[in-house]
Amino acid sequence: MDIVSAQKLSKEYGIVKAVDGIDFAIAPGECFGFLGPNGAGKTTVMRIISCFLPPTSGTVTVFGTDVTREPSAIKARLGVMPQEDNLDPDLSLFENLIVYARYFDIPKKKSVPIADELLTFVELQDRGRMNIKELSGGMKRRLLLARSLVNSPEILILDEPTTGLDPHSRRAVWEKLNKLKFNNTTLLLTTHYMEEAERLCDRVAIMDSGRIITIDTPQNLMLLHGGNLEDVYLKLTGRNLAD
Amino acid sequence: MQIKRAWRVLQRHWTVYTKLYKSSFALNFIEPVLYLVAMGMGLGVFVQDINGQPYIKFIGPGIIASSSMFAAVYECTYGTYIRMTFQRTFDAILATPVNLDDLIAAELAWAAVKSVIYGLTIMLVVALFGLVDSPLLLLAVPVIFLCGLIFAEVSMITTALVPGIDSFSYFYTLFMTPLFLFSGVFFPVETLPSAVAGIAWFTPLYHLVNICRAFAAGHVDHVFGSIVWIVVVAAALAPVPFRLMRRRVIQ
Repeated sequence: MDIVSAQKLSKEYGIVKAVDGIDFAIAPGECFGFLGPNGAGKTTVMRIISCFLPPTSGTVTVFGTDVTREPSAIKARLGVMPQEDNLDPDLSLFENLIVYARYFDIPKKKSVPIADELLTFVELQDRGRMNIKELSGGMKRRLLLARSLVNSPEILILDEPTTGLDPHSRRAVWEKLNKLKFNNTTLLLTTHYMEEAERLCDRVAIMDSGRIITIDTPQNLMLLHGGNLEDVYLKLTGRNLAD
Repeated sequence: MQIKRAWRVLQRHWTVYTKLYKSSFALNFIEPVLYLVAMGMGLGVFVQDINGQPYIKFIGPGIIASSSMFAAVYECTYGTYIRMTFQRTFDAILATPVNLDDLIAAELAWAAVKSVIYGLTIMLVVALFGLVDSPLLLLAVPVIFLCGLIFAEVSMITTALVPGIDSFSYFYTLFMTPLFLFSGVFFPVETLPSAVAGIAWFTPLYHLVNICRAFAAGHVDHVFGSIVWIVVVAAALAPVPFRLMRRRVIQ
């Protein structure tokens, strides 16, 4: 059974159609990417899946439940790594994880070892007592990843997980995501980096102006349309991904 | 809304507060002490007794009420606004099982708790100045909580409507300052022309000042009506901030 699916999903802001009647289905354990330029509607789709925004029309189900029906129950099983830093700036790295675990009803007895383990996972174990303000952009991103994992989510939603990172930090995040994939966590990510999609995604949905143009494996797309994903995108939309 | 989920957010606010309060707690004392010294001891020398009370004793309970008011108002204007926008704390919390209604309930409750924290602190200051006649004043604590809720609701409504953080200055100048000056903190509103004095009855601070002043003096005259006013208004306003914040946060 599909772990996430959308039928005729639309989202309008006033007269702007951010998402325009899209369908997709994601299998458990899959890494699924939404690929497209800024403004294509990727983030809106992610926000609907994470029960943050209600769809204007159409349906989205996560774990077989409609997102508008039981958001709390769905969110308890999701991990969300946002595009922008929303860590608690007044708390230390460690406290950020403990406080976040509390929202999921994880008692301190359990969250302390979880926090230690996750800080080690993202290689910040020596900085647990540090202030958020002292972290570099790459470290913040890694901590956001750690925080999204406190509830051992079955689906991890990543909105542009490596945007703005230097190549080294980007590879570090990819390495962590590959580990999660190996452990059968379903990954949903948005990106406008071809390399990211090629390295991580089992399938990608190419989005443009709120629509999905095609869904396929990166390999198939490149085989069908030639060249790398960048060329595929140019061919399918007549536009450069960087635009 | 679910109490347990709102409680989780309250716990977060408490964690952050207890981490930071050491650096700001002393400041809580300074402002009321300044008012008591400047107005009570300075200006008070030239002011005749009011209802048989020396001036400093008259304003003491008013300062308790107004400090608790400002505590709630700051929390749900600047505090909430910063968490909602600059810090994106709302986004972080809403990605967990906590929903927006739980979050708003917690914001309001936390502001009311801060009203109580400040109210108690200033009570201590006023008592140390020797201006409290009766332990009955402690009965004002639950009223301060409820009145804090009203201030939180009004502030949250403002926060849901302002286009940007600078707009709060309109709220403070046009609403909070008149409230502070004309609710009986510094002089009995009956001194004013009756039309102006009548307006005071419609403000929450007027009633809270009434209650604090009566309890500090050890009597309960005219207190009952003010308590009913506070309970009714706190309950009647409650749905509005939820509705407006839903509109602001979830588009």
